[in-house]
Amino acid sequence: MARSRRPLFLARAPYRRRRLRDAARLLPVFSALLLILPLLWPADTASRLTSGDVIYFFGLWVLMILAAAAFAPGLQSGDQSGDQSGDEED
Amino acid sequence: MPFNILVAACLLYVMFLFLVAFIVERRASAGRLGWLRSPLVYTLSLSIYCTAWTFYGAVGYAARSGLEFLTIYFGPTLVFIGWWWLLRKLVRIGRQHRITSIADLISSRYGKSNLLGVIVTVMAVVAATPYIALQLQSVVLSFGVFASAAPDGDVRLGADQTAIWVATGLAVFTILFGTRNLDAKEQHHGIVTAIAVEAVVKLVALIAVGSFVVWGIAGGVAETIARIDASDLAAWQVQPGRWTGLIFLSAAAVICLPRMFQVMVVESADEGHLARASWAFPLYLMGMSLFIVPIAVIGLERLPAGSNPDMFVLTLPLAEGQGALAMLAFLGGFSSATSMVIVESIALATMISNHIVIPLWLRLRPTAGAGDDLRSVVLMARRLAIAGVLALGYGYYHISGGSAALAAIGLIAFLGVAQVLPAMIGGILWRGATKVGAAAGLLIGFAVWAYTSFLPSFGPDAVLSATIFADGLFGIGWLRPQGLFGTGGMDPMIHALFWSLTLNATAFFVGSVLTFPGPVERLQGAAFVNVFEGPVGPQRWAKGRAEPEALLVMAQRILGEEAALSQFQQAAQAQGKAGFLPDPTPAFLDGLEARLSGSVGAATAHAMISQLVGRATVTVEDLMAVASESAQIMEYSAQLESQQGELSRTAGALREANEKLMQLSIQKDAFLSQISHELRTPMTSIRAFSEIMTEGDLPPEMVAKYGAIIQDEAKRLTRLLDDLLDLSVLENGTVQLNLTLTSLQDIIDKALTAARQTRPERSFLVYRDTASEAVFLRTDADRLTQVFINLISNARKYCDAAQPELRISVRQRGGRITVDVTDNGRGIPKEAQGLIFEKFARLSDENRAGGAGLGLAICREIMTNLGGAIAYLPGQGGAGFRVTVPLRLEKLAA
Repeated sequence: MARSRRPLFLARAPYRRRRLRDAARLLPVFSALLLILPLLWPADTASRLTSGDVIYFFGLWVLMILAAAAFAPGLQSGDQSGDQSGDEED
Repeated sequence: MPFNILVAACLLYVMFLFLVAFIVERRASAGRLGWLRSPLVYTLSLSIYCTAWTFYGAVGYAARSGLEFLTIYFGPTLVFIGWWWLLRKLVRIGRQHRITSIADLISSRYGKSNLLGVIVTVMAVVAATPYIALQLQSVVLSFGVFASAAPDGDVRLGADQTAIWVATGLAVFTILFGTRNLDAKEQHHGIVTAIAVEAVVKLVALIAVGSFVVWGIAGGVAETIARIDASDLAAWQVQPGRWTGLIFLSAAAVICLPRMFQVMVVESADEGHLARASWAFPLYLMGMSLFIVPIAVIGLERLPAGSNPDMFVLTLPLAEGQGALAMLAFLGGFSSATSMVIVESIALATMISNHIVIPLWLRLRPTAGAGDDLRSVVLMARRLAIAGVLALGYGYYHISGGSAALAAIGLIAFLGVAQVLPAMIGGILWRGATKVGAAAGLLIGFAVWAYTSFLPSFGPDAVLSATIFADGLFGIGWLRPQGLFGTGGMDPMIHALFWSLTLNATAFFVGSVLTFPGPVERLQGAAFVNVFEGPVGPQRWAKGRAEPEALLVMAQRILGEEAALSQFQQAAQAQGKAGFLPDPTPAFLDGLEARLSGSVGAATAHAMISQLVGRATVTVEDLMAVASESAQIMEYSAQLESQQGELSRTAGALREANEKLMQLSIQKDAFLSQISHELRTPMTSIRAFSEIMTEGDLPPEMVAKYGAIIQDEAKRLTRLLDDLLDLSVLENGTVQLNLTLTSLQDIIDKALTAARQTRPERSFLVYRDTASEAVFLRTDADRLTQVFINLISNARKYCDAAQPELRISVRQRGGRITVDVTDNGRGIPKEAQGLIFEKFARLSDENRAGGAGLGLAICREIMTNLGGAIAYLPGQGGAGFRVTVPLRLEKLAA
């Protein structure tokens, strides 16, 4: 029904909005991968420092926040402009 | 620091919170919330995730397990930066279905099942009790720190007494602001704002202590880093199981914790706030954890060995002689504990009253209808529930003695509420999830959690005997609480996490796949999973109050402008107001609903008003009632439609009959006037000449001449009357036909001979094909001859060609003969062709020497009687007529 009425290709603005959503969906996946990255680090503590861990985690945290902050306005405006079909394919 | 000052500061702080909550409630009831409903307040209110466990316990956690404490923050961070996956849908569902709690969410999703509501409520209460005890414990501990540090230890409360005072105070505050009014949207602006204030206090406190530690004690960032590397924390190693498991657990908990659900979904004022919170809340979390490691490191370094690392935030400033900073830190911890307890108890009280007390009450007293009676019951139930939840928390604290490490209890509570996760995620993402599956998953998950995590937390021989720990349930080795199915080597926490959630999700999935959902369940499932495609748009009545103007617009749409306006005016007058907009009081709304339900049905009216008022949920039952009402209306209107169709058909037939009658009447009038005209002309001349003749003394030749004229006119009159008689006989169908077998050639011969009398002076060239005329007809020969005489006479009369010609062609088609009689004159103009067969239709007066204009009308009637037809034949180069006649005319039955 509704699926058949959906156009196959999109105009520029909705296209960008869809890609922004894709990015927003991927953000937590990548973040999670980076967060469990320490599992792969060598186990011997002599070769590295705890302060390095701290800096890694907080740096990653800042990046996550910045990325989320960069995506949020676009996602929000797209959400309010009536294009609610957020979970469909394009 | 004197202990009295501490108590006084506490009281002042609490009074300040009271004031904030009170002012905001006042503004909310006046509808002037403004910036108090901003994304900032929303984000800050989310900070109840950071409880006293976080405030005090994180430092202790860091001191014991290094950076593992970060997992508790990474989970929520992932959930929030991934808000587009889940939180967006959760908040939309919560707002659209007016979800009041996480138990309500689960119960609504699975077909308004109260059983599931009860299960989730009980689980939430059980999981929250130790957590509330933990908050009380942290407040008591922090009091204890100050008390032991006070040189004048004269005014000192016992730990139990402190806990009881704190619990009572929190209960009073929560009841005052959490159950002031019964709002179906369960929004508590005063409390949310107070929590936002507390969020600022705890962040500022932690950052202040952290800054003091980094720059005041350690002497800069570089120094701090050096000390971190030198400390015991450097021995920290990532434990893969715990690291990933705890990130997952905290991510699940931030969605499933009743208090988080309360502030994130239920108190959400605007879905757009979530977008802002998606990065602002992780930022807050980062701020909260920024100085945890330095405080832990410096605390371990500076404070005497054996001091409780959970209290470093307080003891470190105190040891350094910073009384004011310690006071601030104390208030921060106090804020963390109180805000968590307040929101948690409100969320739990809502669940308890909505899913346990009210269903029970309605079952015990089925006569108790809706209204003020029930409202007061709900409010009382909530107040008692809040008091009960706090009493449980205090009881747990009293029994456990507050000995366990803070973090352990926190994680156990997290795992308890995380058991809701499969049912919740499955419910909003998978339409196949069913009630049976959800109930099975919840119960099994809950049981496994209790057996592997909650009950063992009391220690051996407290609830579970030491033999069970060692040998398993009933002596079965693979049922050991911390080594299910022979997995004894695992970390107990991860062991419980793995088994409870795995078995939970498996039971949920298998139960869902094997069972078939009920109708309400399927409806709700579709409404939840497809919430972004649903027909119901986002709720724009976010204020939760009815705008009289919106009500008026809606009422006008249903009742009509005049009726709606007068109803509103009357209501306004009854309230003592001028104009058309009364206050939306319950009485007025009830009246309006009753009035509207007369127009659109009770269910629809209720749904419409509740949508505007924001007072009640539009339930599936409502929608179903709407649907059945609409079905009735549609059936009724279909009946009306068919009746109307019948009526309009009848009316059309009547109109046609009327028009026919009118035409007939006009025809009759025209006919009469024509007749009288035709009769008068000969009568006038007869009378005139007969008058002259009665004068006498006329020469005989004149008498003879006048006599001849009179005779002619009398003949004409007779002929006219004969024609009329003929016509009426023919028209009535009462003519006697004299059927014989006659040659067509004879008929035409006779007709030509007879017609020669008309204008005998004109000579016509007649073309005939006598061979084709050699056909015998069974018909009334005299009548048919009459028709041909008429046609040929007309041709002789009206053909204006210099060399007049007449063509008669005969053809045989099927059982019918067609005879075309054509001349080479001007023919008949197109517009007149439809008229020539009418009575008294004469085209021009030039050649009126003949009959009265009845000839062709008579012809038509004759042909109808003979079972044939006569028609004008256009396009023949002159006037042409086609006569169709059947070869064999059978006598009609009648």
